Amino acid sequence: MFEINTLLVGLLLVNFVLLGASRLGTSVRQVAAQGALLSLLTLAEHAGWGAPWRVWLLALGSGVVKAVVFPYFLRRALREADVRREMEPYVGFTASVLVGVAALAASLWLASRLPLPGPVEAPLLVPVSLFTLLVGLFLLVSRRKALTQVVGYLVLENGVFCFGLALPEDAPLSVEVGILLDIFAAVFIMGIMIYHISREFDHIDTDRMSSLRDEAT
Amino acid sequence: MTAFLAALGLIMAGGVASLLAGRWRSRAAVGGIVAGSLCGLVAAVRVLIGGPTPAMRLPWRVPYGSFSLAIDPVSALFLLALFVLAPLAAVYGGRYLEEEHGGEPLGGVWFFTSLLIAGIALVFTARNAVLFLVAWEVMSVAAYFLVTFEHRRDEVREAGWTYLVATHLGTAFLIAMFLLMGRAGGSLEFDEMQLGHASPAVAGLLFVLAVVGFGTKAGLVPFHVWLPEAHPAAPSHISALMSGVMIKTGIYGLLRVLLLLPSPPAWWGWLLVAMGVVSGVGGVLFALAQHDLKRLLAYHSVENIGIITLGLGVGLLGVHAGLPLVALAGFAGALLHVLNHALFKGLLFLGAGAVAHATGTRDLDQLGGLGKRMPWTGGTFLIGAAAISGLPPLNGFVSEFLIYTGAFAAALTGRGALLVAAVAAAAGLALIGGLALACFTKAFGAVFLGEPRSPRAGRAGEVAAALRLPMAALAAACAAIGLAAPWVLAGMARTLAQVAQAFGLPSPDAQIETLRGALAWVSLGALALLAAVALAVLARRLLLRGRTVTAAPTWGCGYSAPSPRMQYTASSFAQPLVDLFQPVLRTEATATLPSGAFPGHASFASATPDPAERRLYRPLFAGVAALFGRLRWVQQGRIQLYLLYLVATLLILLLWKVR
Repeated sequence: MFEINTLLVGLLLVNFVLLGASRLGTSVRQVAAQGALLSLLTLAEHAGWGAPWRVWLLALGSGVVKAVVFPYFLRRALREADVRREMEPYVGFTASVLVGVAALAASLWLASRLPLPGPVEAPLLVPVSLFTLLVGLFLLVSRRKALTQVVGYLVLENGVFCFGLALPEDAPLSVEVGILLDIFAAVFIMGIMIYHISREFDHIDTDRMSSLRDEAT
Repeated sequence: MTAFLAALGLIMAGGVASLLAGRWRSRAAVGGIVAGSLCGLVAAVRVLIGGPTPAMRLPWRVPYGSFSLAIDPVSALFLLALFVLAPLAAVYGGRYLEEEHGGEPLGGVWFFTSLLIAGIALVFTARNAVLFLVAWEVMSVAAYFLVTFEHRRDEVREAGWTYLVATHLGTAFLIAMFLLMGRAGGSLEFDEMQLGHASPAVAGLLFVLAVVGFGTKAGLVPFHVWLPEAHPAAPSHISALMSGVMIKTGIYGLLRVLLLLPSPPAWWGWLLVAMGVVSGVGGVLFALAQHDLKRLLAYHSVENIGIITLGLGVGLLGVHAGLPLVALAGFAGALLHVLNHALFKGLLFLGAGAVAHATGTRDLDQLGGLGKRMPWTGGTFLIGAAAISGLPPLNGFVSEFLIYTGAFAAALTGRGALLVAAVAAAAGLALIGGLALACFTKAFGAVFLGEPRSPRAGRAGEVAAALRLPMAALAAACAAIGLAAPWVLAGMARTLAQVAQAFGLPSPDAQIETLRGALAWVSLGALALLAAVALAVLARRLLLRGRTVTAAPTWGCGYSAPSPRMQYTASSFAQPLVDLFQPVLRTEATATLPSGAFPGHASFASATPDPAERRLYRPLFAGVAALFGRLRWVQQGRIQLYLLYLVATLLILLLWKVR
């Protein structure tokens, strides 16, 4: 259950599923799974069952928020907005998976070059966290629906969280908790926003909201 | 230093208290400013009369920054101008704002007034480039919020934008200048900079950056365009503060940099003399063509900054030519004119505010006949007008006399280029003085003499004592400096000694004695003039005793039913001069001429837009806007694209770093 490499590979696979998923429901489920994996990873990184109580608190907190609360919000927004699929993303799903492969290669290369403050126990931890980060950024850039944007944002944050685990003492737990709180507020607001936008405009396509930009005069 | 810090503390405490004080807002702020200014005066005067130079330095966490302050005699002279004008403007403003805008929230305007005063005081005393720039920005931004006080009016917001853009462009040059200074001098502490051996190219570049950056704040032509917009937009006591002291921070900065730089080459003096003459003549010419009283005064600020710069230029030429008397007279005239301009321009702006308050308009052609209705305002305005025109026995004459002395001394030693510059300076100063006199004859005549040109001007009455007293105090100060000129120069001895030492001149005691001797004659002449006027008044009384004196309407001229429209208007009075300088001014007139034996409707209107704004900045900014317009394709309005920009930038930076 606390085998770090297994968890990391799970995380990696989830990222690929996210890249190839066209159903919004799948995306939400996968991001929930990623949250759960990360929470286990937190414990695994800090000696499994014997982890200190603060780590337990963080793991449980982030697990509950990311695997239960966020998916609940997102599913609710999905139901209200009545959308099921990501239509016509800027980058197709197959191409996205290929980009993911390239991103994985880039992460492995980057991780070998990145100067880190201390030794890392699991060699896969840094590449996988970088990969998660890149996937999150890619989802943000390449998808149209507001809901997939939120998913991309969550994946990005998961990457940051995962990277934080690689630096044993440099990222204090209080910082992680602070970030978690930020994300919580952000997703909460985004969930409400998506609901209101869809009620107001009958859609949640971000590319159709470009008329607010500063026009040439 | 304790007194100075107490001054800053009291001023800011008053400003903050004003935000919370509700009905007592104005009293809290005025109290803080008056008490603080008194403390500040103590600190400044103590240095001027020969006390030690207070200094302090506290560490500051900002990189290269330190909280280092010092009041040397140069700072003290500028602080004197600030702490004399600030409390008077505050007392005036307390009453003025409550009467004019009583129902509106005023805590903010008082807070920013306090911040402006404290910011200017810090600018005058900061001895670290970072601290200086911070104080500079605090001052500039506080002034922005004061300019836009009446932000509901479109033209006020427009003026605010113009000011904000101008001041930030100026600051950009200053940041470049200080960075370069720090690089060349090895430190950002003014006291530790070693610029004495900077190469001529570096020193020249620093000088040009200083002239552009500080010139923008001071309002030198062609960087003056914000000034005639921003000064009229602000409430009058703020205009007085801005014109009287804030624009002097530009002069102070220029002087401070000159004191740090190596010995000046001749072209620095030439440049300052040329800019001074252009600013002076240009400022007064455009003032002549204005119809708005405060706009007219704002252009006169450009003119007076020109005179001060001219004085600095003469001083630099003297330093270069190794003529201590020329240098001393030039610097003394410029520095004294800083103080004098604060006094009489403060007075004139307060007077303009009183006129606007009493009549509801600043349009010269709507006013008239206020001298009889507002004798205090009229009398003090007349003193200010005579002072700014450089007439004896007032203070404006003294400082201009010193600059003339420098120019003449340079002309008499006459060596080629120096002779040309000296003659240009003296002739320019004479032209400026003459035109200023014409302009203030027009302004004073149109506002205070003759008959009211509008019903509201006819109903105007004298303003409250709280508005009259500051004006009277400033008028008294103008007269005092004029009558006590030799002692005033003695009071500046330490400042001049510091300047002389920084430029490597010998101790200036001998030159100060020479100049004091000349000024003694000026003051004696002034006293003789006053005595002659008193005698004339007395003689008039005696001659008229026992006779009946009747008063007839001004411009009555024997008509049975004279109308105010028969008077000269302000525009018609200025017309001959405006026509003479038409190639420069390019006044645009639109007229419907009367025709036929029984002419019907006729009208005339003229406007003089600023050519620097029209022909220089508007095309320039339009070009910049067009250039940036080409980058508009970057703005697609899609969030994904913006994120892509971010991601790409971050990735490129990351890859570049780990490469």
